[in-house]
Amino acid sequence: MTDNTDAGVWEEIASPFCGIASDDLTIQVEGNTVKVLENGDAVTTKGFETSITDTSPRVNGKEVSLEQAVTHIANLLRDSKQPVIGGMATDLNGARSAMAVADKARASIDNMDSSASMRNTLVLQDTGYMVTTLTEVRNRVDLLVVVGTDLEVSYPRFFERMVWNKESMFDQDIASREVVYLGKAPSGDASTSPQGKKAKVLSCDDADLPEVMSVLRALVKGKVIQAEQVGGIDVSDLTTLAEQLKQAKYSVVTWVAGDLDFDHAEATVQTLCEMVKDLNLDTRSSGLPLGGKEGSITANQVSAWQSGYPMRTNFNRSYPDYDPYLSDSKRMLDNDEVDVLVWISSYNIDRIPPESKAKTIVLGRSGMTFNNEPEVFIPVGTPGIDHAGRTFRCDGVVSIPLRKLRDSGLPSTFDVLTAVEQAL
Amino acid sequence: MLTKLTGGKIYDPAHGVDGEIRDIYIRDGRIINRPLDEKVTTEIDLRGKIVMAGAIDMHTHIGGGKVNIARTMLPEDHAQDVIARTELMRSGCGHAAPSTLTAGYRYAEMGYTAGFEPAILPINARQAHMEMHDTPIIDKGGYAMLGSDDFLLRMMASNNDQQAINNYVAWTLTHSQAIGIKVVNPGGINAFKFNQRKLDLDERNKFYGVTPREILLRLARAVKELGIPHPLHVHGCNLGVPGNLNTTIDTMEGIEGLPMHMTHIQFHSYGTEGDFKFSSGSAQIAETINKHKNITADVGQILFGQTVTASGDNMRQHAAHPHAHPNKWVCMDIECDAGCGVLPFKYKDQSYVNALQWMIGLETFLMVDDPWRVFLTTDHPNGAPFTSYPHLIKLLMDKTFRNDVLSTLHPEAQKASHLGSLDREYTMYEIAIMTRAGAAKLVGLADRGHLGEGGAADITVYTDDADREKMFSSPDYVFKDGKIVVKDGHLIDVTWGTTHVVKPEYDNSIEKELKPYFDRYHTQKMGNFKISDDEIVDDGRGSLTVQPLHKGGAI
Repeated sequence: MTDNTDAGVWEEIASPFCGIASDDLTIQVEGNTVKVLENGDAVTTKGFETSITDTSPRVNGKEVSLEQAVTHIANLLRDSKQPVIGGMATDLNGARSAMAVADKARASIDNMDSSASMRNTLVLQDTGYMVTTLTEVRNRVDLLVVVGTDLEVSYPRFFERMVWNKESMFDQDIASREVVYLGKAPSGDASTSPQGKKAKVLSCDDADLPEVMSVLRALVKGKVIQAEQVGGIDVSDLTTLAEQLKQAKYSVVTWVAGDLDFDHAEATVQTLCEMVKDLNLDTRSSGLPLGGKEGSITANQVSAWQSGYPMRTNFNRSYPDYDPYLSDSKRMLDNDEVDVLVWISSYNIDRIPPESKAKTIVLGRSGMTFNNEPEVFIPVGTPGIDHAGRTFRCDGVVSIPLRKLRDSGLPSTFDVLTAVEQAL
Repeated sequence: MLTKLTGGKIYDPAHGVDGEIRDIYIRDGRIINRPLDEKVTTEIDLRGKIVMAGAIDMHTHIGGGKVNIARTMLPEDHAQDVIARTELMRSGCGHAAPSTLTAGYRYAEMGYTAGFEPAILPINARQAHMEMHDTPIIDKGGYAMLGSDDFLLRMMASNNDQQAINNYVAWTLTHSQAIGIKVVNPGGINAFKFNQRKLDLDERNKFYGVTPREILLRLARAVKELGIPHPLHVHGCNLGVPGNLNTTIDTMEGIEGLPMHMTHIQFHSYGTEGDFKFSSGSAQIAETINKHKNITADVGQILFGQTVTASGDNMRQHAAHPHAHPNKWVCMDIECDAGCGVLPFKYKDQSYVNALQWMIGLETFLMVDDPWRVFLTTDHPNGAPFTSYPHLIKLLMDKTFRNDVLSTLHPEAQKASHLGSLDREYTMYEIAIMTRAGAAKLVGLADRGHLGEGGAADITVYTDDADREKMFSSPDYVFKDGKIVVKDGHLIDVTWGTTHVVKPEYDNSIEKELKPYFDRYHTQKMGNFKISDDEIVDDGRGSLTVQPLHKGGAI
């Protein structure tokens, strides 16, 4: 990290906005204005360049001091029978402070993207998996299979950084790497090699993916398939893919759980992961779950080490009570089981709280607008812009330091929630 | 503020004190000599009590990626041991993979005041420190894992001189904020990524052409030459493989007299004799340790019941996956740096193999002569959760109890072991060596594990009880840095311990190679890999304690 203070230019800055957390950004800061000079993309640039609008906390629409807002939150939590701390889009210390408040206020905790991450967590808790991380992919992948996602929309730089990098540690011929899409087709050319080799696409509807994955796994295991087509894909094409997977030295099968948006998608993730295990009886293959935007990996990690459980853990009975169904905050809100919602969303102004009858407190990024003014709104700083922090990357292994780039005066989620905890 | 602990029976092996009645004076968190003219503010009557330094767990998986995978994976295990919040303590969970908060409370309640995470992947070190930061009361620290990382193997493949390797080792240690260097299945984690399924001591990695023996020699020499007090911490080749005792002996004899610590050696002490083709190698292993004074070992005792195994050794964990109980498991390749494997496991007393593992561990404890060179561990949670230490101490101190348990185990395993004929019972002094003075010396903690002047006032007070399990489960007092944190076996105060590190001197020009290396091959910049001192201090609760280097180091 270099800070050239005269020009306000920062180098080697990490993006907390995208799950792959590229840390090669060059950023210019003038006053409160942030500009991505190098290595930005659609997701990251928007993340850094969103302007500050509000700076004052509000209670019922009226501007108040931070202390007044904190006292109001503490009062709401003290009187609450079932609070929920939702959103959980924050950094390490924000998540720590949210856990401390949840424990003390007997709240249930949930992340805004848990319905996605649970598709992976449920597999971990049922059968487990063999997975890899980004640097391994960058240096070893010879066959990348992308399942059920248009990768470049959510992760614009994935191919540039992990697949079409210039060189590998192990003298691999990068141009020989193969990319196969299963399910959704790519919308752009990010997956096309610099030499012009396009990805192979075996497209099918999301609804057919469970069946397609099952057939692919069966083929990998050497089973005979009677059908000639599955989900519109020729079984002969899937047979070829199964053979490619068996021949590859280090295949990587990637998916974005959030994009597998159909009922019981965890069963499809499980089939995929079991197929990877099968492949490893003879060769090497790894899963690569992509995700982790809006601090979701960070929230799950902190929750796991502090309580033993991931998100969707309720402290109402004064001990951690994990239930991926009952403690789904959306279900709880829809069912009027919640009287106070604390919504933490410090990265993205578009991620506002769900509509509900609960009294709502928002610790949100400045610039957020609401259809219904929440009872309390505190504009908080964005980790990696307004205050220093740390966040986990999608692979759940690498965490990166986030720098304070400007002095906006906005409090951090940690500052606010620590004050709330003390006031409780 | 001057506190006097009056009349306790002191076991302080660092100063050769074996059960003498003495007073201890504490000021500002430190033990001081009896002051001449200062008034005692608080006096605590310890007459009739047994007093030792706080215990130190020199090998316990308490923080980092694989531990957190184990936690997330095991909701059903936590469900049997959830802990409600109190005025003093946060809620959490216990048993095999406890929450960080509960782990800290429970260690303290057992009289432990420090624990060291033995497998910090440098690329995952930030997470390990985050978790240890959230572990209350005890001091902590860890060993940075090298030996399957591309950069080291690359240096070795191109025959870089020892000085260059020393610089890299010191750089890694410094920027991962560690106190020692660990190697796990040397080169094997890396070889697994090239689809090698085993790697013997002299077998070459397919890509680099480097052998585990060469890796061990290079790293052990680096540790010695840098003056790092903790010897190279070695999880050897072929963990769990019947017949691995020969590799283990070869590893110890082949290190050319350099200091080396063999960890969870029980898992590396197996022969192939008998009908089950699985036998105890503990006699030969203990004999080799006894003969080679440069070698230390911790046992990695297994105890019966459900636990989870979390290891950096993904090659061996993958091979062991058919034994996962319940049947779920994770293996990971990590950042061309290392890997991990997590398998729940249930040790059964009526299993021949598990029963013999139990016996092999105890035989090793009883046959290694020098208590300064053998350490009490279960490789938490791999052999058993750390909360079983008082039970293990009773097995070591009470032959009748040990033999009673032995008589209930798999009958063929009983026949295959001579444990029943071993009469040794550990003394109180030897327990104090193994869990305090020896552990502090081994880790390189100058101011811990002893009760002499200048030592930190980490002190545990017990009531003597013939039932050693009861005695060691529930201390009368635990002092952490001079504060009473436990009274009558219960936590009464929550403090936050320090993180122990060493800072060897090295030539920073290594960064001229490392920076472009990160840029070319990695997905993180070198500058963002480094963990700053501020990150350890964090929200103000954390602190760094830099321990002195050995002579012979560059300082």
